[in-house]
Amino acid sequence: MAEPKRITAPLSDDDIMKLKIGDSVLITGKILTGRDAAHKRLFELAQKGEALPVDIKGQIIYYVGPAPAKQGYIIGPAGPTTSGRMDPYTPKMLELGLKGMIGKGVRSKEVRDAMKKHKAVYLAATGGAAALIAKNIKAVKIVAYEDLGPEAIRELEVEDFPVIVANDAHGGDLYEEGQKKYRKE
Amino acid sequence: MREVDYNQVVETVSRLCMEANYFLGGDVVKAFNDALKKEESETAKNILNQLLQNAEISRTEKIPICQDCGFAVVFLELGEDVHVKGNIIKAINEGVSKGYTEGFLRKSIVSDPVKGKNTGDNTPAIVHTMIVPGDTVKITVAPKGGGSENMSEVKMMKPADGIEGVKNFVIDRVQRSSSNPCPPTVIGVGIGGTFEYVAFLAKKALLRDIGQRHPDPFYADVERELLQRINNLGIGPMGLGGRTTSLDVFIEVHPRHIASFPVAVNTNCHAARHKTAVI
Repeated sequence: MAEPKRITAPLSDDDIMKLKIGDSVLITGKILTGRDAAHKRLFELAQKGEALPVDIKGQIIYYVGPAPAKQGYIIGPAGPTTSGRMDPYTPKMLELGLKGMIGKGVRSKEVRDAMKKHKAVYLAATGGAAALIAKNIKAVKIVAYEDLGPEAIRELEVEDFPVIVANDAHGGDLYEEGQKKYRKE
Repeated sequence: MREVDYNQVVETVSRLCMEANYFLGGDVVKAFNDALKKEESETAKNILNQLLQNAEISRTEKIPICQDCGFAVVFLELGEDVHVKGNIIKAINEGVSKGYTEGFLRKSIVSDPVKGKNTGDNTPAIVHTMIVPGDTVKITVAPKGGGSENMSEVKMMKPADGIEGVKNFVIDRVQRSSSNPCPPTVIGVGIGGTFEYVAFLAKKALLRDIGQRHPDPFYADVERELLQRINNLGIGPMGLGGRTTSLDVFIEVHPRHIASFPVAVNTNCHAARHKTAVI
């Protein structure tokens, strides 16, 4: 297996342009979390032209709703949720400067087009590898919407967080190309 | 008549909820290892290795395999010569509440589908009860994740569609599901019965261990053929391309009405969780 690429979050534009679909990547640094309810709130503020409670410019958002943490753990199992549910809000987030997303499953054409336009990447984490992924999360801090419980926006400090580049900033789509490559008629 | 204590049911269900979420079956772990040997895609191998490591962490640290700890689906085989002191359905729900709370499992159940809020303890369970001969209580807890359940379907086909129609429907369902149900999946197929019963058959099919073929050689062959065709789709682990789209396909059948030909596909993610106990 090819050696994974190591990148630091938040991402630099230079790093983003170097990432290609199929790359195995380990992320170290700070990322944000957000899923359905938080996206809805951010989107509504953005539409009204109001400031967001957290600056998403240059950031990566991880779509996750962790299980409860048991004693001695800083976070419970924390695998990715289905990204498609965030598709209606995502082009707006990218317009505001979001540079990366971590989740599972295919994105809509609108999201893929917006990613290419705004030079952003979509990284696939392994669904159901929640216990493993939680090991790479070193610190957790709630930064907005505490009332949303598991859906609150958190800042995660991650170390060697494993992902695969599913959609790159050049328009590449691993869901389409990977499946085509291994299809047998 | 043999008597079983209410609390024994509570404790058993609580334990099964935790064990099903912490300990991935040996059959599934073996299936990951077998798939690794056959995989051609580097991305797919990477993902399968992650799933193996994940199962090992869950097992040794007793933490859930996946943050989606599922709807608690319970198969209850109640012997006709046994009596549970108190209401057994209440005991099962108490067990689910205890298991999900004490086991740090995520609670994912909303009290009313439209107007509801999270019930806070993952109750109520879905309980399928079967009265069987004997004086024991057999309980299987099969936590079912939402992402893969959403990729399931019932179709009222025509008797003229026959087995070829069934095969094409299953393949089409898997193709349309693509990356969504967290492949490599396990596919349960129900054929026959009625509209509601065929869905139950597809769910029940998921309780089989990977590699366990239908006892009727005809359906065993259909299972093998479907698995081959699904894995030729190229969807691969997490939909990123590869040879391993499903780990197995299980068919359950039932007599049907002369006018009807119900078929159901129940999709399970790779976290094919189920644990059984006999009281």
